[in-house]
Amino acid sequence: MKAPPFAYVRPASVAGVVEHLSRDEPDAKILAGGQSLVPVLAMRLARPATIVDINAVEDVPGVERRGGALEVGATVRQRELERHPATAAVPLLRLSMPWIGHREVRSRGTVCGSLAHGDPAAELPAVACCVEAELQIANQQGTRTVPARTFFTSAMTTVLGPAEMLTSVRFPTATAEDGYAFAEISRRHGDYALAGVTVHVRAAGDEILRADMTAFGVSDTPVTWDAREVLRSATGAAGPDTDRRAITTSLMRDTPAIAEQLVTTSGDIHGSRGYRRRLVAALAAQELTLAYLRAVDATQGVP
Amino acid sequence: MSEAQHHGRVEDIPLLCGQGRFLDDLDPAGPTLSAAILRSPHPHALIRQVDLTRARSFPGVVAVIGPEEVRAGLRPFPLTTRVAMEYYPLAIDRVRYVGEPVAVVVAEDRYVAEDAADVVRVDYEPLPTVVTARSALDENASLLHPTAGTNVATDRTFVFGDPDERFEQADLVIDREFSFPRYSSTPMECYSVIAEWRDSGDGPEVTSWANFHGPFSMVPVLAGCLGIPVSRLRIIVPPDIGGGFGIKSAVYPYVALMALASKHAGHPVRWTEDRLEHLVGSSAGSDRAMRCQLALAEDGTFQALRVDLVDNVGAYLRPPEPSTLYRCFGNITGAYHIDAVQIRARAVVTNKTPTGLNRGFGGQQLYFGLERLVDEAAKDCQLDPAEIRRRNLIGADAFPYHTPTGGVYDSGEYHEAFERALKNVDYERLRAEQREARARGELVGIGIATIVDPSATNIGYVDLATPTEDRPPGRQKSGSTEHVRISVDPYGLVTVLLGSVPQGQGHATVARQVVADRLGLHHDNVRAVVSMDTESTPWTISSGSYSSRFAPLVTSALIEAADRIATTIRLAASVHLDVPADELKLAESQVRHRADADRALSFRHAAGLVHWDPGSLPAGATARLYEEAAFTPPQATAATRHDQINSSLCYGFGTEVVVCRIDVHTLEPSIELVSTVHDAGTILNPVLLEGQIRGALVHGLGGALYEELAYSGSGQPVTATFMDYLCPTAAEASFPLVSDHLETPSPVTALGAKGCGEGSSMSFPVAVANAVADALSALGVQVTSLPLHGSILHDLIGDRDDGGVPAPHPARAASSG
Repeated sequence: MKAPPFAYVRPASVAGVVEHLSRDEPDAKILAGGQSLVPVLAMRLARPATIVDINAVEDVPGVERRGGALEVGATVRQRELERHPATAAVPLLRLSMPWIGHREVRSRGTVCGSLAHGDPAAELPAVACCVEAELQIANQQGTRTVPARTFFTSAMTTVLGPAEMLTSVRFPTATAEDGYAFAEISRRHGDYALAGVTVHVRAAGDEILRADMTAFGVSDTPVTWDAREVLRSATGAAGPDTDRRAITTSLMRDTPAIAEQLVTTSGDIHGSRGYRRRLVAALAAQELTLAYLRAVDATQGVP
Repeated sequence: MSEAQHHGRVEDIPLLCGQGRFLDDLDPAGPTLSAAILRSPHPHALIRQVDLTRARSFPGVVAVIGPEEVRAGLRPFPLTTRVAMEYYPLAIDRVRYVGEPVAVVVAEDRYVAEDAADVVRVDYEPLPTVVTARSALDENASLLHPTAGTNVATDRTFVFGDPDERFEQADLVIDREFSFPRYSSTPMECYSVIAEWRDSGDGPEVTSWANFHGPFSMVPVLAGCLGIPVSRLRIIVPPDIGGGFGIKSAVYPYVALMALASKHAGHPVRWTEDRLEHLVGSSAGSDRAMRCQLALAEDGTFQALRVDLVDNVGAYLRPPEPSTLYRCFGNITGAYHIDAVQIRARAVVTNKTPTGLNRGFGGQQLYFGLERLVDEAAKDCQLDPAEIRRRNLIGADAFPYHTPTGGVYDSGEYHEAFERALKNVDYERLRAEQREARARGELVGIGIATIVDPSATNIGYVDLATPTEDRPPGRQKSGSTEHVRISVDPYGLVTVLLGSVPQGQGHATVARQVVADRLGLHHDNVRAVVSMDTESTPWTISSGSYSSRFAPLVTSALIEAADRIATTIRLAASVHLDVPADELKLAESQVRHRADADRALSFRHAAGLVHWDPGSLPAGATARLYEEAAFTPPQATAATRHDQINSSLCYGFGTEVVVCRIDVHTLEPSIELVSTVHDAGTILNPVLLEGQIRGALVHGLGGALYEELAYSGSGQPVTATFMDYLCPTAAEASFPLVSDHLETPSPVTALGAKGCGEGSSMSFPVAVANAVADALSALGVQVTSLPLHGSILHDLIGDRDDGGVPAPHPARAASSG
């Protein structure tokens, strides 16, 4: 369990990183928090010729409010974002981040690293898709911006080229009409989810403007479902006054069919495909209800 | 409560302050070379060719050994039975499991060794695989060891009483098939070995440092492989071992391998197992397929038991296997009065990693079948699971109780202990709450297990794997001996030498307490030194830390040795005080007259007299403050001609009541309440005892809900990292626990103590299974194996539209907010 030989560089700028990546393309890998890369090296599952350590890069943002978004730079640790006051502007981050691994892992692991790694069972890619975050990418030609929902292409695979660096991610901040919910099921506390859902509902008065649910751990990438129609039918004529249990019970009539579409993983010893469908169906009904009620409460000025 | 029971463990401060002395941190042999092991990626394949040339010329590499060197330099390990299934520490002509060593590279450091191992080329010819115990029995199954002509390594049938007649006359027969998974204990520290081969003038000798905890019956096995006399093999165990739980008994094949590597390198060689190696290549409890039958009378009393056990011991019958089948032989009828038994005991080889000791050794497998069967019987008799046990537990007036298989249960109050476990959580109220919960559509179950907890193994049970006719008198095995040494220095300070090779249990703390209390000394005046060096520490075949031997055996030896020290101290004081020695007693650091406390001499002074003034001792007395004792219980005798054996010296009792809730949506089981009661005889140290019980419970929790060393249908391990092999953590182990004790002292140990480190490892998995079965009883689900988790339960219940569970309600919603 010792890494094979590799060259190690520690550039101080994004341009330097991109230069090293280009020079050794496709055999260079970025090291940020190392929570995925270092075990992979130790198990000799990857043999990059060069490790480009980005921890000394100076020209990436930290955690910054920028317009209607919270921008998080490439070297920001998950634990830093979790505890940052500005994170309150993106409630889904607050809800989801405690579920990422254990505190020790979050203290090292970076936000952008998790996105770039693209594990289909990870929380942050799903959150990014659910709230339609945007990813800033640097390469030798300059920079480009990619919406989260088109960033993840397959398991552990993204649109990032071998000579590109993910420099930051921008999460849109919440409005007074937004409600969020997050839940995941894993076999043990801190494990990757067998299945999880993140939900964003926007409601103005009786009108459901948005109801996006992104499921993770169930397919090659996070998968997002527009739940407006189902949620409208579940809340029915009474709207926000509908009994909470009645909403969930009604949703439970629809969510098994949705889960069947969303859950395409073949499953493993921890969770068969059928079991993950059961989980998604149950979590979707619960969390859609919750996010809806939170959206309604937010509209009504309840914190 | 004695003084030490208020103190913490003497082991804790150094361990907590980073002062532990674990082998990988030590350089006892001076600078060493590092070894890396190339392992088989195939579950079953012929080795056509191994090309070591590139690895040998790799910069920094000192030696590389492969099949050729092992065949030339080592012998097959002597096996427990005569089956023709040669076992070497490295694959010779075929690989039989993923992770089997194929070559060893010795280099200046581990990085270089691993780099060079990467360039070893092995040409494999894959063969059909055998993975499960039942498939190994198939007559068309691929043979792992063609020389044996079968995959069945041992097959014996035992009959005690007349079970056939009982089954014929029974009012009710329960007949079930169960399977038990393989899982481990995943010690924090993996295997670690340093070996040095030296050719001295009078033949080769091997010195090895290894975190080996016994049984020392493996030392002759190891010497046999090395082809050297046992006394030319020196095993030194480091002062600290980071957990073992039985798993580290299987480090011994690597001692042989590294000794040979050292011979080729001409230098001491170090090998430290990493976690990947550990999870695919070390050891585990065996998985077992079993059929269990119980004959009952109308009133629910047990009339006879039949078990057909098939242990999957992996690719080789690695000693001490097939002991998983026999460790519980004397207590195979558990805590119940059953006097007619039939046992068929088979071990089969498959393309999985070899198995061995794991906390609870043999007990978790046995009791999973037996206690699930008892619950099934209760259901068919329409009796409460507690009531059927009440009707069958061995009565307090029956002790010492002779089991049909030869066990002699030394002491117990099973009914009282059992009722206490029920009462401590108000069992009737739990049942009432369960009825209410069920009416609300919730899935709640209550599970019970009652077991006999064997400790202080009589190693004679290994003979049972051999047919009676092949065990002539004079060629039998028996014994349960432990050695200790106590010395007193010229200033009265006492040192206890323990060769008990603990791995964190706290032996030194208890040994110090036992000796100080026996000699009437303050605990600060006694020091326990943990040290095992086969060249200087007294040891024998049965030595080692396994089968809960410390409390019953080591403390008995300590009492023997301490009493001899006391005799000498009293003799010395008797001269000075002019009082007959038998009128003196040891108390409060003094030797004093029994009737007149003023006539006293300090212990220190008396010890000083022996050292400084031996001429003053009475005629015939020797100036000896250095005593060794080898506790040798006469009850640990060889198996009889009729295959009966008292397979352990002591038999404790343990019981658990478990409340388990299953989420109606996610089907995740959670433990809501546990009541446990143990009777381990005299309690030596309540804090350490409680620690053992909690540890064993969490180990059992792992087996029940989380852990399995799983293999794909083709024989590939699929739980090869801690991402997939799931040990319960503190977050999973925080269930409410009510733990209680009874003390019925053992009449066969010096202090009445029995072992208690393993009991709940044996009982908790099946108690949880019974609770889950109870929770799902309305759904017609059969719980026949472990682990039990949401996905498994989903598959059991079936993928029906309604999920087979009551109407959903948003029970979990609040948890995510």
